[in-house]
Amino acid sequence: MIRSVPRSRLFDSLYLAYLVAFFVYLALPLLVTAVFAFNDAPFPSLPWKGFTLDWYFADGSEGRTGLFHDDGLLTALWVSAKIAFWVTLVSVALGCVNAVLFERVQFRGKEFLYLLMLLPLVIPGVILGVSILVFYSGMANDMSAAWGIELDLFRPGMPLVVMGQVTFIATLSTLVIAARLRKFDPQLEEAALNLGATPLVAWFTVTLPWLLPSIFGAAAMAFLMSFENFNTTVMLTGSDTPLTVALFNRLREGSTPVLNAVALLLMVGSALLALLVMGRSSR
Amino acid sequence: MKSSVSRLSLWLLLTPFLLWIVLLVLLPHLQMLRVSFQVRESWDTIAWGIEQYQNFFTESYYWRTFVRTGVMSLFTTFLTLIIAFPIAWYIARLARGRSKGILFLACLIPFWASELVRTYGWMILLRESGLFSSWLQALGWVDGPVEMLYNDVAVIIGLVYNGLLFMVVPLVTTLDGMDENLVEAGYDLGGGHGTVLREIVVPWAMPGIVSGCIVVFMLTLGSYLTPVLMGGKDSAWFTEQIFTQFITRFNWEQGAALGVLLLVLSSVIVWLGLKISGQSLRKVMG
Repeated sequence: MIRSVPRSRLFDSLYLAYLVAFFVYLALPLLVTAVFAFNDAPFPSLPWKGFTLDWYFADGSEGRTGLFHDDGLLTALWVSAKIAFWVTLVSVALGCVNAVLFERVQFRGKEFLYLLMLLPLVIPGVILGVSILVFYSGMANDMSAAWGIELDLFRPGMPLVVMGQVTFIATLSTLVIAARLRKFDPQLEEAALNLGATPLVAWFTVTLPWLLPSIFGAAAMAFLMSFENFNTTVMLTGSDTPLTVALFNRLREGSTPVLNAVALLLMVGSALLALLVMGRSSR
Repeated sequence: MKSSVSRLSLWLLLTPFLLWIVLLVLLPHLQMLRVSFQVRESWDTIAWGIEQYQNFFTESYYWRTFVRTGVMSLFTTFLTLIIAFPIAWYIARLARGRSKGILFLACLIPFWASELVRTYGWMILLRESGLFSSWLQALGWVDGPVEMLYNDVAVIIGLVYNGLLFMVVPLVTTLDGMDENLVEAGYDLGGGHGTVLREIVVPWAMPGIVSGCIVVFMLTLGSYLTPVLMGGKDSAWFTEQIFTQFITRFNWEQGAALGVLLLVLSSVIVWLGLKISGQSLRKVMG
Protein backbone atom coordinates (compact mmCIF):
# COMPACT_ATOMS: atom_id res chain seq x y z
CA MET A 1 0.00 0.00 0.00
CA ILE A 2 2.52 2.61 -1.00
CA ARG A 3 1.97 5.39 -3.51
CA SER A 4 3.57 3.49 -6.37
CA VAL A 5 1.36 0.42 -5.89
CA PRO A 6 -2.04 0.85 -7.56
CA ARG A 7 -5.05 0.84 -5.27
CA SER A 8 -8.73 0.41 -6.03
CA ARG A 9 -11.11 3.36 -5.71
CA LEU A 10 -13.20 1.51 -3.18
CA PHE A 11 -10.17 0.92 -0.99
CA ASP A 12 -9.18 4.57 -1.25
CA SER A 13 -12.58 5.86 -0.27
CA LEU A 14 -12.84 3.40 2.64
CA TYR A 15 -9.42 4.47 3.84
CA LEU A 16 -10.44 8.12 3.63
CA ALA A 17 -13.66 7.44 5.54
CA TYR A 18 -11.62 5.71 8.25
CA LEU A 19 -9.30 8.72 8.52
CA VAL A 20 -12.24 11.09 8.84
CA ALA A 21 -13.91 8.90 11.47
CA PHE A 22 -10.63 8.73 13.38
CA PHE A 23 -10.18 12.48 13.55
CA VAL A 24 -13.82 13.00 14.51
CA TYR A 25 -13.24 10.52 17.35
CA LEU A 26 -10.19 12.52 18.42
CA ALA A 27 -11.85 15.92 18.29
CA LEU A 28 -15.37 15.24 19.51
CA PRO A 29 -14.88 15.01 23.31
CA LEU A 30 -12.77 18.15 23.39
CA LEU A 31 -15.12 20.03 21.11
CA VAL A 32 -18.22 19.34 23.20
CA THR A 33 -16.35 20.17 26.40
CA ALA A 34 -15.38 23.52 24.94
CA VAL A 35 -18.81 24.32 23.52
CA PHE A 36 -20.70 23.62 26.74
CA ALA A 37 -18.54 26.13 28.61
CA PHE A 38 -20.83 28.73 26.96
CA ASN A 39 -24.25 27.11 27.31
CA ASP A 40 -26.71 29.19 29.32
CA ALA A 41 -27.91 26.23 31.41
CA PRO A 42 -26.88 24.92 34.85
CA PHE A 43 -25.94 21.49 33.51
CA PRO A 44 -23.61 20.70 30.57
CA SER A 45 -26.08 18.88 28.31
CA LEU A 46 -28.51 19.53 25.48
CA PRO A 47 -30.76 21.40 24.72
CA TRP A 48 -28.77 24.49 23.83
CA LYS A 49 -30.13 27.43 25.81
CA GLY A 50 -28.10 30.22 24.28
CA PHE A 51 -24.64 31.74 24.63
CA THR A 52 -23.35 33.06 27.95
CA LEU A 53 -20.07 34.02 29.58
CA ASP A 54 -21.54 33.42 33.04
CA TRP A 55 -19.38 30.34 33.64
CA TYR A 56 -16.35 32.58 33.49
CA PHE A 57 -17.53 35.91 34.90
CA ALA A 58 -20.67 35.45 37.05
CA ASP A 59 -19.95 36.68 40.58
CA GLY A 60 -22.32 34.40 42.45
CA SER A 61 -25.11 36.94 42.95
CA GLU A 62 -27.56 35.06 40.75
CA GLY A 63 -26.75 31.60 41.98
CA ARG A 64 -23.98 31.11 39.44
CA THR A 65 -20.32 31.39 40.30
CA GLY A 66 -18.04 31.76 37.29
CA LEU A 67 -14.47 30.49 37.23
CA PHE A 68 -12.91 33.90 37.86
CA HIS A 69 -14.91 34.28 41.08
CA ASP A 70 -14.46 30.70 42.24
CA ASP A 71 -11.80 30.98 44.94
CA GLY A 72 -11.41 27.23 45.36
CA LEU A 73 -10.52 26.67 41.72
CA LEU A 74 -8.36 29.77 41.45
CA THR A 75 -6.33 28.72 44.50
CA ALA A 76 -5.94 25.23 43.01
CA LEU A 77 -4.79 26.77 39.73
CA TRP A 78 -2.14 28.76 41.58
CA VAL A 79 -0.97 25.67 43.50
CA SER A 80 -0.64 23.76 40.22
CA ALA A 81 1.33 26.61 38.68
CA LYS A 82 3.77 26.66 41.61
CA ILE A 83 4.25 22.90 41.49
CA ALA A 84 4.74 22.97 37.71
CA PHE A 85 7.32 25.75 38.05
CA TRP A 86 9.49 23.78 40.46
CA VAL A 87 9.08 20.52 38.57
CA THR A 88 10.11 22.23 35.33
CA LEU A 89 13.14 23.86 36.92
CA VAL A 90 14.43 20.67 38.56
CA SER A 91 13.63 18.32 35.66
CA VAL A 92 15.25 20.51 33.01
CA ALA A 93 18.38 21.05 35.14
CA LEU A 94 18.62 17.30 35.77
CA GLY A 95 17.92 16.64 32.10
CA CYS A 96 20.86 18.83 31.01
CA VAL A 97 23.31 17.22 33.43
CA ASN A 98 22.12 13.70 32.57
CA ALA A 99 22.30 14.40 28.83
CA VAL A 100 25.95 15.44 29.15
CA LEU A 101 26.64 12.46 31.39
CA PHE A 102 25.23 9.92 28.94
CA GLU A 103 26.25 11.52 25.64
CA ARG A 104 29.69 12.96 26.34
CA VAL A 105 31.32 11.02 29.15
CA GLN A 106 32.62 7.47 29.03
CA PHE A 107 32.62 5.48 32.24
CA ARG A 108 32.14 1.95 33.48
CA GLY A 109 28.58 0.83 34.14
CA LYS A 110 27.12 3.48 31.83
CA GLU A 111 24.80 1.03 30.11
CA PHE A 112 23.37 -0.09 33.44
CA LEU A 113 22.85 3.47 34.67
CA TYR A 114 21.12 4.31 31.40
CA LEU A 115 18.64 1.52 32.02
CA LEU A 116 18.10 2.85 35.56
CA MET A 117 17.44 6.25 34.02
CA LEU A 118 14.70 4.75 31.82
CA LEU A 119 13.15 2.86 34.75
CA PRO A 120 10.63 5.54 35.83
CA LEU A 121 8.99 5.26 32.40
CA VAL A 122 8.00 1.65 32.96
CA ILE A 123 6.67 2.14 36.48
CA PRO A 124 2.98 3.10 36.67
CA GLY A 125 2.47 6.63 38.00
CA VAL A 126 0.39 5.38 40.90
CA ILE A 127 3.26 3.24 42.14
CA LEU A 128 5.71 6.14 41.90
CA GLY A 129 3.37 8.14 44.10
CA VAL A 130 2.72 5.32 46.54
CA SER A 131 6.38 4.44 47.01
CA ILE A 132 7.39 8.03 47.68
CA LEU A 133 4.51 8.41 50.12
CA VAL A 134 5.49 5.24 51.97
CA PHE A 135 9.17 6.17 52.15
CA TYR A 136 9.06 9.86 53.02
CA SER A 137 5.80 10.15 54.88
CA GLY A 138 6.61 6.93 56.73
CA MET A 139 10.01 8.39 57.65
CA ALA A 140 8.31 11.53 58.96
CA ASN A 141 5.95 9.40 61.05
CA ASP A 142 8.78 7.29 62.48
CA MET A 143 10.88 10.36 63.30
CA SER A 144 7.95 11.92 65.05
CA ALA A 145 7.16 8.77 67.04
CA ALA A 146 10.74 7.94 67.99
CA TRP A 147 12.38 11.30 68.67
CA GLY A 148 9.61 13.83 68.43
CA ILE A 149 11.26 15.45 65.39
CA GLU A 150 8.66 16.89 63.00
CA LEU A 151 9.70 16.63 59.35
CA ASP A 152 6.77 18.53 57.87
CA LEU A 153 8.60 18.74 54.57
CA PHE A 154 7.99 15.02 54.08
CA ARG A 155 4.32 15.04 54.99
CA PRO A 156 1.92 14.95 52.05
CA GLY A 157 2.00 18.37 50.45
CA MET A 158 3.67 20.42 47.77
CA PRO A 159 7.29 19.29 48.28
CA LEU A 160 6.29 15.63 47.99
CA VAL A 161 4.18 16.32 44.90
CA VAL A 162 7.17 18.04 43.27
CA MET A 163 9.41 15.09 44.15
CA GLY A 164 6.91 12.57 42.82
CA GLN A 165 6.49 14.37 39.51
CA VAL A 166 10.22 15.00 39.04
CA THR A 167 10.79 11.24 39.30
CA PHE A 168 9.40 10.54 35.84
CA ILE A 169 9.43 13.96 34.18
CA ALA A 170 13.22 14.13 34.61
CA THR A 171 13.56 10.98 32.48
CA LEU A 172 11.53 12.56 29.69
CA SER A 173 13.46 15.81 29.73
CA THR A 174 16.73 13.85 29.73
CA LEU A 175 15.63 11.96 26.61
CA VAL A 176 14.60 15.19 24.82
CA ILE A 177 17.83 17.05 25.60
CA ALA A 178 20.09 14.02 25.01
CA ALA A 179 18.55 13.51 21.55
CA ARG A 180 19.60 17.04 20.61
CA LEU A 181 23.05 16.72 22.13
CA ARG A 182 23.63 13.55 20.09
CA LYS A 183 23.31 15.62 16.89
CA PHE A 184 25.86 18.17 18.10
CA ASP A 185 29.17 18.22 16.25
CA PRO A 186 31.90 18.04 18.93
CA GLN A 187 34.31 19.70 16.49
CA LEU A 188 32.51 22.99 17.10
CA GLU A 189 33.40 22.78 20.76
CA GLU A 190 36.97 21.75 19.92
CA ALA A 191 37.23 24.79 17.65
CA ALA A 192 36.20 27.01 20.54
CA LEU A 193 38.80 25.36 22.76
CA ASN A 194 41.49 25.78 20.07
CA LEU A 195 40.60 29.45 19.80
CA GLY A 196 41.41 29.82 23.47
CA ALA A 197 38.10 29.37 25.25
CA THR A 198 38.08 27.56 28.58
CA PRO A 199 35.84 24.47 28.67
CA LEU A 200 33.25 26.38 30.69
CA VAL A 201 33.18 29.29 28.22
CA ALA A 202 32.96 26.86 25.31
CA TRP A 203 30.02 25.14 26.99
CA PHE A 204 28.12 28.37 27.56
CA THR A 205 28.86 29.98 24.18
CA VAL A 206 28.74 26.97 21.83
CA THR A 207 27.03 23.92 23.31
CA LEU A 208 24.32 25.53 25.39
CA PRO A 209 22.96 27.73 22.55
CA TRP A 210 22.78 24.59 20.41
CA LEU A 211 20.79 22.82 23.12
CA LEU A 212 18.47 25.76 23.75
CA PRO A 213 15.57 24.67 21.49
CA SER A 214 15.47 21.27 23.17
CA ILE A 215 15.67 22.91 26.59
CA PHE A 216 12.63 25.04 25.78
CA GLY A 217 10.86 21.99 24.40
CA ALA A 218 11.67 19.96 27.50
CA ALA A 219 10.56 22.82 29.76
CA ALA A 220 7.20 23.19 28.01
CA MET A 221 6.65 19.44 28.13
CA ALA A 222 7.61 19.26 31.80
CA PHE A 223 5.29 22.14 32.67
CA LEU A 224 2.33 20.61 30.85
CA MET A 225 2.91 17.11 32.21
CA SER A 226 3.19 18.42 35.73
CA PHE A 227 0.07 20.55 35.35
CA GLU A 228 -1.96 17.66 33.98
CA ASN A 229 -0.69 14.87 36.19
CA PHE A 230 -3.20 13.18 38.42
CA ASN A 231 -2.10 9.66 39.33
CA THR A 232 1.14 10.49 41.09
CA THR A 233 -0.11 13.80 42.46
CA VAL A 234 -3.24 12.53 44.16
CA MET A 235 -1.25 10.16 46.38
CA LEU A 236 1.07 12.91 47.60
CA THR A 237 -1.10 15.97 47.89
CA GLY A 238 -1.92 17.51 51.24
CA SER A 239 -4.38 20.24 52.08
CA ASP A 240 -3.25 22.47 49.22
CA THR A 241 -4.87 20.60 46.34
CA PRO A 242 -3.64 21.21 42.80
CA LEU A 243 -6.08 21.82 39.97
CA THR A 244 -6.53 18.29 38.62
CA VAL A 245 -7.32 16.93 42.07
CA ALA A 246 -9.70 19.81 42.81
CA LEU A 247 -11.46 19.26 39.48
CA PHE A 248 -11.76 15.54 40.19
CA ASN A 249 -13.37 16.25 43.56
CA ARG A 250 -15.81 18.68 41.92
CA LEU A 251 -16.64 16.19 39.22
CA ARG A 252 -17.57 13.58 41.80
CA GLU A 253 -20.08 16.01 43.30
CA GLY A 254 -21.66 16.53 39.90
CA SER A 255 -20.73 18.37 36.76
CA THR A 256 -21.39 22.05 36.15
CA PRO A 257 -20.37 24.16 33.17
CA VAL A 258 -17.70 25.77 35.38
CA LEU A 259 -15.72 22.56 34.88
CA ASN A 260 -16.08 23.03 31.13
CA ALA A 261 -14.86 26.60 31.53
CA VAL A 262 -11.72 25.40 33.37
CA ALA A 263 -11.18 22.64 30.82
CA LEU A 264 -11.35 25.09 27.92
CA LEU A 265 -8.98 27.47 29.68
CA LEU A 266 -6.48 24.62 30.17
CA MET A 267 -6.75 23.56 26.53
CA VAL A 268 -6.16 27.09 25.29
CA GLY A 269 -3.26 27.49 27.70
CA SER A 270 -1.56 24.27 26.56
CA ALA A 271 -2.16 25.08 22.91
CA LEU A 272 -0.57 28.51 23.31
CA LEU A 273 2.42 27.03 25.11
CA ALA A 274 2.84 24.39 22.41
CA LEU A 275 2.62 26.96 19.61
CA LEU A 276 5.09 29.22 21.40
CA VAL A 277 7.67 26.44 21.65
CA MET A 278 7.12 25.29 18.07
CA GLY A 279 7.43 28.89 16.87
CA ARG A 280 10.72 29.27 18.71
CA SER A 281 12.23 26.03 17.53
CA SER A 282 11.33 26.59 13.89
CA ARG A 283 13.06 29.96 13.87
CA MET B 1 46.43 15.76 36.88
CA LYS B 2 44.27 15.44 33.82
CA SER B 3 42.69 12.21 34.97
CA SER B 4 41.84 13.63 38.39
CA VAL B 5 40.10 16.58 36.73
CA SER B 6 38.05 14.30 34.52
CA ARG B 7 37.33 12.13 37.55
CA LEU B 8 36.05 15.15 39.41
CA SER B 9 33.85 16.25 36.52
CA LEU B 10 32.50 12.71 36.19
CA TRP B 11 31.47 12.75 39.83
CA LEU B 12 29.99 16.22 39.52
CA LEU B 13 27.84 15.00 36.64
CA LEU B 14 27.04 11.71 38.32
CA THR B 15 25.91 13.13 41.68
CA PRO B 16 22.61 14.73 40.60
CA PHE B 17 21.74 11.62 38.63
CA LEU B 18 22.47 9.30 41.56
CA LEU B 19 20.58 11.52 44.02
CA TRP B 20 17.56 11.43 41.73
CA ILE B 21 17.60 7.69 41.05
CA VAL B 22 18.49 6.59 44.58
CA LEU B 23 16.33 9.01 46.58
CA LEU B 24 13.29 9.10 44.33
CA VAL B 25 13.22 5.69 42.68
CA LEU B 26 15.31 2.96 44.35
CA LEU B 27 14.91 3.69 48.07
CA PRO B 28 11.16 4.42 47.92
CA HIS B 29 10.52 1.20 46.01
CA LEU B 30 12.64 -0.87 48.39
CA GLN B 31 10.77 0.65 51.31
CA MET B 32 7.45 -0.13 49.64
CA LEU B 33 8.60 -3.74 49.27
CA ARG B 34 9.65 -3.83 52.95
CA VAL B 35 6.39 -2.35 54.20
CA SER B 36 4.43 -4.88 52.17
CA PHE B 37 5.93 -7.66 54.32
CA GLN B 38 5.16 -5.95 57.62
CA VAL B 39 2.22 -7.13 59.64
CA ARG B 40 0.78 -4.73 62.17
CA GLU B 41 0.02 -6.68 65.33
CA SER B 42 -1.06 -3.76 67.44
CA TRP B 43 -0.71 -0.02 67.07
CA ASP B 44 3.02 -0.01 67.86
CA THR B 45 4.30 -3.54 67.28
CA ILE B 46 5.18 -4.87 63.87
CA ALA B 47 6.08 -8.37 62.79
CA TRP B 48 7.24 -9.80 59.48
CA GLY B 49 4.91 -11.91 57.45
CA ILE B 50 3.14 -12.46 54.19
CA GLU B 51 -0.35 -11.78 55.47
CA GLN B 52 -1.02 -9.03 52.91
CA TYR B 53 -0.12 -11.33 50.05
CA GLN B 54 -2.29 -14.08 51.52
CA ASN B 55 -5.18 -11.62 51.63
CA PHE B 56 -4.67 -10.98 47.96
CA PHE B 57 -4.99 -14.64 47.03
CA THR B 58 -7.78 -15.53 49.43
CA GLU B 59 -10.03 -12.55 48.80
CA SER B 60 -11.31 -13.24 45.31
CA TYR B 61 -12.24 -9.58 44.86
CA TYR B 62 -8.55 -8.61 44.83
CA TRP B 63 -7.21 -11.14 42.38
CA ARG B 64 -10.26 -11.04 40.13
CA THR B 65 -9.79 -7.29 39.72
CA PHE B 66 -6.07 -7.89 39.20
CA VAL B 67 -6.64 -10.36 36.38
CA ARG B 68 -9.41 -8.24 34.89
CA THR B 69 -7.20 -5.14 34.87
CA GLY B 70 -4.36 -7.03 33.23
CA VAL B 71 -6.53 -8.62 30.55
CA MET B 72 -8.40 -5.43 29.76
CA SER B 73 -5.14 -3.49 29.54
CA LEU B 74 -3.72 -6.00 27.07
CA PHE B 75 -6.90 -5.87 25.02
CA THR B 76 -6.89 -2.05 25.04
CA THR B 77 -3.25 -2.02 23.93
CA PHE B 78 -4.00 -4.39 21.07
CA LEU B 79 -7.04 -2.38 20.00
CA THR B 80 -5.04 0.85 20.11
CA LEU B 81 -2.38 -0.71 17.88
CA ILE B 82 -4.97 -1.89 15.35
CA ILE B 83 -6.68 1.51 15.27
CA ALA B 84 -3.47 3.53 15.14
CA PHE B 85 -1.57 1.51 12.52
CA PRO B 86 -3.54 2.59 9.41
CA ILE B 87 -3.42 6.21 10.61
CA ALA B 88 0.32 6.06 11.16
CA TRP B 89 0.77 4.37 7.78
CA TYR B 90 -1.22 7.10 6.07
CA ILE B 91 0.73 9.87 7.76
CA ALA B 92 4.12 8.26 7.17
CA ARG B 93 3.70 6.87 3.66
CA LEU B 94 0.66 8.20 1.81
CA ALA B 95 0.22 11.83 2.89
CA ARG B 96 2.42 14.36 1.14
CA GLY B 97 3.88 17.75 1.97
CA ARG B 98 1.81 19.99 4.20
CA SER B 99 -1.00 17.54 4.84
CA LYS B 100 1.50 15.18 6.43
CA GLY B 101 2.53 17.71 9.06
CA ILE B 102 -1.04 18.85 9.65
CA LEU B 103 -2.36 15.32 10.15
CA PHE B 104 0.49 14.54 12.51
CA LEU B 105 -0.24 17.65 14.57
CA ALA B 106 -3.95 16.82 14.57
CA CYS B 107 -3.09 13.55 16.30
CA LEU B 108 -1.46 15.55 19.08
CA ILE B 109 -4.44 17.83 19.72
CA PRO B 110 -6.19 15.66 22.35
CA PHE B 111 -3.07 15.89 24.46
CA TRP B 112 -3.46 19.59 24.93
CA ALA B 113 -6.03 18.51 27.49
CA SER B 114 -5.37 16.42 30.57
CA GLU B 115 -6.72 12.93 31.11
CA LEU B 116 -9.37 14.39 33.39
CA VAL B 117 -10.64 16.78 30.72
CA ARG B 118 -10.67 14.04 28.07
CA THR B 119 -12.62 11.73 30.36
CA TYR B 120 -15.01 14.54 31.18
CA GLY B 121 -15.60 15.09 27.47
CA TRP B 122 -16.52 11.44 27.02
CA MET B 123 -18.85 11.64 30.00
CA ILE B 124 -20.71 14.56 28.43
CA LEU B 125 -21.08 12.53 25.23
CA LEU B 126 -22.02 9.15 26.62
CA ARG B 127 -24.12 9.65 29.72
CA GLU B 128 -27.89 9.31 29.93
CA SER B 129 -28.48 13.04 29.52
CA GLY B 130 -25.53 13.21 27.12
CA LEU B 131 -25.19 14.18 23.51
CA PHE B 132 -25.32 10.75 21.89
CA SER B 133 -28.46 9.92 23.80
CA SER B 134 -30.08 13.23 22.78
CA TRP B 135 -29.08 12.77 19.15
CA LEU B 136 -30.45 9.24 19.02
CA GLN B 137 -33.74 10.48 20.46
CA ALA B 138 -33.88 13.40 18.02
CA LEU B 139 -33.37 10.96 15.15
CA GLY B 140 -36.22 8.88 16.53
CA TRP B 141 -34.08 5.72 16.79
CA VAL B 142 -34.77 5.28 20.50
CA ASP B 143 -37.75 6.20 22.64
CA GLY B 144 -36.16 7.27 25.88
CA PRO B 145 -32.72 8.32 27.16
CA VAL B 146 -30.00 5.66 26.76
CA GLU B 147 -27.20 5.24 29.28
CA MET B 148 -23.96 4.51 27.45
CA LEU B 149 -21.64 5.38 30.31
CA TYR B 150 -20.69 3.16 33.26
CA ASN B 151 -19.83 -0.04 31.42
CA ASP B 152 -16.73 -1.76 30.11
CA VAL B 153 -17.18 -0.60 26.53
CA ALA B 154 -17.18 3.02 27.71
CA VAL B 155 -14.02 2.36 29.74
CA ILE B 156 -12.25 0.87 26.73
CA ILE B 157 -13.32 3.74 24.46
CA GLY B 158 -11.83 6.16 26.97
CA LEU B 159 -8.64 4.13 27.50
CA VAL B 160 -7.98 3.73 23.78
CA TYR B 161 -8.51 7.46 23.37
CA ASN B 162 -5.92 8.16 26.06
CA GLY B 163 -3.37 5.85 24.51
CA LEU B 164 -3.62 6.71 20.82
CA LEU B 165 -1.00 9.44 20.69
CA PHE B 166 1.61 7.25 22.35
CA MET B 167 0.98 4.61 19.69
CA VAL B 168 0.78 6.89 16.64
CA VAL B 169 3.99 8.82 17.29
CA PRO B 170 6.45 5.88 17.53
CA LEU B 171 4.72 4.13 14.63
CA VAL B 172 5.00 7.18 12.38
CA THR B 173 8.65 7.59 13.36
CA THR B 174 9.64 4.04 12.44
CA LEU B 175 7.45 3.80 9.33
CA ASP B 176 8.84 7.10 8.09
CA GLY B 177 12.31 5.61 7.91
CA MET B 178 11.25 2.60 5.86
CA ASP B 179 12.58 2.21 2.33
CA GLU B 180 9.68 1.91 -0.11
CA ASN B 181 11.80 -0.24 -2.40
CA LEU B 182 11.49 -3.01 0.17
CA VAL B 183 7.71 -2.94 -0.16
CA GLU B 184 7.89 -2.77 -3.95
CA ALA B 185 10.32 -5.65 -4.00
CA GLY B 186 7.87 -7.61 -1.91
CA TYR B 187 5.10 -7.04 -4.43
CA ASP B 188 7.41 -7.71 -7.39
CA LEU B 189 8.37 -11.04 -5.92
CA GLY B 190 4.71 -11.99 -5.95
CA GLY B 191 3.66 -11.20 -2.41
CA GLY B 192 0.08 -10.16 -1.75
CA HIS B 193 -0.95 -7.40 0.62
CA GLY B 194 -1.04 -9.78 3.58
CA THR B 195 2.37 -11.27 2.88
CA VAL B 196 4.03 -7.89 2.38
CA LEU B 197 2.49 -6.60 5.59
CA ARG B 198 3.52 -9.66 7.56
CA GLU B 199 6.98 -10.22 6.10
CA ILE B 200 8.20 -6.70 5.45
CA VAL B 201 6.20 -3.91 7.07
CA VAL B 202 5.59 -5.39 10.51
CA PRO B 203 9.18 -6.59 11.08
CA TRP B 204 10.43 -3.17 10.03
CA ALA B 205 8.02 -1.34 12.33
CA MET B 206 8.66 -3.68 15.26
CA PRO B 207 10.66 -1.20 17.41
CA GLY B 208 7.86 1.33 17.01
CA ILE B 209 5.17 -1.25 17.68
CA VAL B 210 6.90 -2.48 20.82
CA SER B 211 7.62 0.97 22.21
CA GLY B 212 4.06 2.12 21.49
CA CYS B 213 2.60 -1.00 23.07
CA ILE B 214 4.76 -0.72 26.18
CA VAL B 215 3.82 2.90 26.79
CA VAL B 216 0.11 2.35 26.10
CA PHE B 217 0.04 -0.75 28.27
CA MET B 218 1.74 1.04 31.16
CA LEU B 219 -0.60 4.01 30.88
CA THR B 220 -3.67 1.81 30.72
CA LEU B 221 -2.66 -0.47 33.56
CA GLY B 222 -1.84 2.49 35.77
CA SER B 223 -4.78 4.65 34.80
CA TYR B 224 -7.23 5.65 37.45
CA LEU B 225 -9.47 8.46 36.25
CA THR B 226 -10.92 6.78 33.16
CA PRO B 227 -12.00 3.48 34.80
CA VAL B 228 -13.25 5.23 37.94
CA LEU B 229 -15.27 7.92 36.19
CA MET B 230 -16.47 5.93 33.18
CA GLY B 231 -16.74 2.44 34.64
CA GLY B 232 -19.76 0.93 36.31
CA LYS B 233 -20.09 -0.86 39.62
CA ASP B 234 -18.67 -4.06 38.18
CA SER B 235 -15.74 -2.55 36.37
CA ALA B 236 -13.29 -2.07 39.23
CA TRP B 237 -9.69 -1.28 38.30
CA PHE B 238 -6.71 -2.44 40.31
CA THR B 239 -5.30 1.06 40.88
CA GLU B 240 -8.62 1.90 42.52
CA GLN B 241 -7.95 -0.70 45.21
CA ILE B 242 -4.50 0.71 45.86
CA PHE B 243 -6.02 4.16 46.30
CA THR B 244 -8.69 2.78 48.62
CA GLN B 245 -6.12 1.11 50.87
CA PHE B 246 -3.98 4.21 51.10
CA ILE B 247 -6.48 7.03 51.14
CA THR B 248 -9.68 5.74 52.71
CA ARG B 249 -8.51 2.82 54.86
CA PHE B 250 -5.00 4.01 55.81
CA ASN B 251 -3.88 0.41 55.45
CA TRP B 252 -0.42 1.12 54.07
CA GLU B 253 0.80 -2.46 54.43
CA GLN B 254 -1.99 -3.88 52.28
CA GLY B 255 -1.70 -0.98 49.84
CA ALA B 256 2.05 -1.51 49.50
CA ALA B 257 1.53 -5.22 48.82
CA LEU B 258 -1.00 -4.43 46.09
CA GLY B 259 1.41 -1.85 44.69
CA VAL B 260 4.22 -4.41 44.55
CA LEU B 261 1.92 -6.86 42.77
CA LEU B 262 0.94 -4.26 40.17
CA LEU B 263 4.60 -3.42 39.62
CA VAL B 264 5.46 -7.12 39.21
CA LEU B 265 2.63 -7.58 36.71
CA SER B 266 3.68 -4.61 34.61
CA SER B 267 7.37 -5.54 34.71
CA VAL B 268 6.67 -9.16 33.72
CA ILE B 269 4.47 -8.16 30.81
CA VAL B 270 6.90 -5.51 29.56
CA TRP B 271 9.77 -8.00 29.86
CA LEU B 272 7.80 -10.68 28.02
CA GLY B 273 6.89 -8.21 25.29
CA LEU B 274 10.56 -7.32 24.81
CA LYS B 275 11.65 -10.98 24.82
CA ILE B 276 9.00 -12.15 22.36
CA SER B 277 9.66 -9.31 19.95
CA GLY B 278 13.43 -9.56 20.38
CA GLN B 279 13.82 -5.89 21.31
CA SER B 280 15.72 -4.23 24.14
CA LEU B 281 14.44 -1.53 26.46
CA ARG B 282 17.24 0.77 25.41
CA LYS B 283 16.36 0.46 21.74
CA VAL B 284 12.62 1.05 22.11
CA MET B 285 12.61 3.71 24.81
CA GLY B 286 15.91 5.55 24.51
